[in-house]
Amino acid sequence: MTAFIQTLVSGLSLGSIYALIALGYTMVYGIAKMLNFAHGDVIMVGAYSVITTVSLSANVPSVVAILVSVVVCVVLGVTIEFLAYRPLRKAPSLAVLITAIGVSYLLQNIALLWFGSEQKAFHLALFDRIKPIVIGEVYINGITLITLVTTVVIMIALTLFINLTKMGKAMRAVSEDKEAAELMGISVNKTITVTFATGSFLAAIAAVFYGGAYTMIKPTTGSMPGIKAFTAAVFGGIGSIPGAMLGGIMLGLIEQFSKAYISTLWADAIVFVVLVLVLVVRPTGLLGKKISEKV
Amino acid sequence: MLKVDNINVYYGKIHAIKDVSFEVNDGEIVALIGANGAGKSTILKTVSGLLRTRTGSISFNEENIAHTEAHKLLAKGLAHVPEGRRIFLQMSVMENLEMGAYIRKDNYKADIADVFARFPRLEERKNQVAGTLSGGEQQMLAIGRALMSRPKLLMLDEPSMGLAPILVDQIFDIIKELHASGTTVLLVEQNAEKALAIADRAYVLESGRIAVSGTGSELAASDKIKKAYLGG
Repeated sequence: MTAFIQTLVSGLSLGSIYALIALGYTMVYGIAKMLNFAHGDVIMVGAYSVITTVSLSANVPSVVAILVSVVVCVVLGVTIEFLAYRPLRKAPSLAVLITAIGVSYLLQNIALLWFGSEQKAFHLALFDRIKPIVIGEVYINGITLITLVTTVVIMIALTLFINLTKMGKAMRAVSEDKEAAELMGISVNKTITVTFATGSFLAAIAAVFYGGAYTMIKPTTGSMPGIKAFTAAVFGGIGSIPGAMLGGIMLGLIEQFSKAYISTLWADAIVFVVLVLVLVVRPTGLLGKKISEKV
Repeated sequence: MLKVDNINVYYGKIHAIKDVSFEVNDGEIVALIGANGAGKSTILKTVSGLLRTRTGSISFNEENIAHTEAHKLLAKGLAHVPEGRRIFLQMSVMENLEMGAYIRKDNYKADIADVFARFPRLEERKNQVAGTLSGGEQQMLAIGRALMSRPKLLMLDEPSMGLAPILVDQIFDIIKELHASGTTVLLVEQNAEKALAIADRAYVLESGRIAVSGTGSELAASDKIKKAYLGG
């Protein structure tokens, strides 16, 4: 039973990280109708931002490092959209996809030049200061705890933002019908910028937790969680915000339970087999909607 | 109020609108009629900035808007109810109206009450997702949504499309009411008979060109128009 609960907690924690990243994929897909394959690499940049900030001086507070990471990621995300994707707004989607893959490699190679190919240690003093929780034999460490709590808070905040604020509603309007949104006086470009900023903010938070959990960062660090989170977004129903949350958590749980009870080596394969099975049964993902139009 | 001067619009290589000029004066109902594919909707989309003209000018209250971004036109008083209604199907009726008021910085509660007074069905369904409304209700929502910005000129694209005859009459009554309360209307319709009956003036489009223009009653009486569009 102890092992089960321990796995459940670590699955939820990993799933939270996937969910945070998946939200970036799904929001950008929902609103800009494109797959931003450079999103995973924003996480890598976020993690290096923390490492660089912390290395500047021994007494940089963790919160400052996290803020730097958030600012860097948001500026990066918005800049990528402005320079690489906006000129392609009316281009075929394949051109946009290839551009996104190009941006991904560009970021990885810049990181390779800048930080070198060897791994760098990621360490935030903040995570050491949070006391682990021990219930019986179940041990939940500080990073797991803060990941879970923060993710829940962020998800609630994001849901409120999308459903209740004027900007959130405008984002939903743009995601449904860009032309009609323009006719309402909504600037589609501005809305897409806000979407990229939000997604990149979530990526920066994910970077902090991912770095905290895995502790070693290299230039290709972003690609695996990026792919997994993209999978989670598809799993939950791409374009759907609750879908990305659910998909991320499910993926984390499946991965950790596979590792604990089946095989560490097969965990990733099992994750993708489950994805394929879900898509066979529900091509739009768990919470993806099929929109029928009335005439 | 609106003066369209010699516009030419292309879809890629297809020359959809050819040397079209027309105007809408303050307080008028002007109809653009013509067969499917004549270019009526294309003209409205060009006026509202969703498409661009290669030549000429479009001026709205003396200001050239031919190069203004679509989302900036509503603030100038130009609202467009697009073909097929294009309401936000996954958002509630209330949220659709809020989107109509997106550019408003002041309190628009009274405007929502006005829309509900005009369309009581919408109030009954205000928390319902718009996709569950019937076709007629969706058209009412599309018009109500456009009214939220208090437009000076309301452009309606095929408001009667796909509606039962009784609803078509209702929609035309609503257009007359809106006009009576001071809104200038540019109406695109395939239902030429109905459109000519309420229009002060009308333009007849044929394959991207204006073929005939005149007052609504003149055109309704013309043999040529009767033959071509009124089934007479």
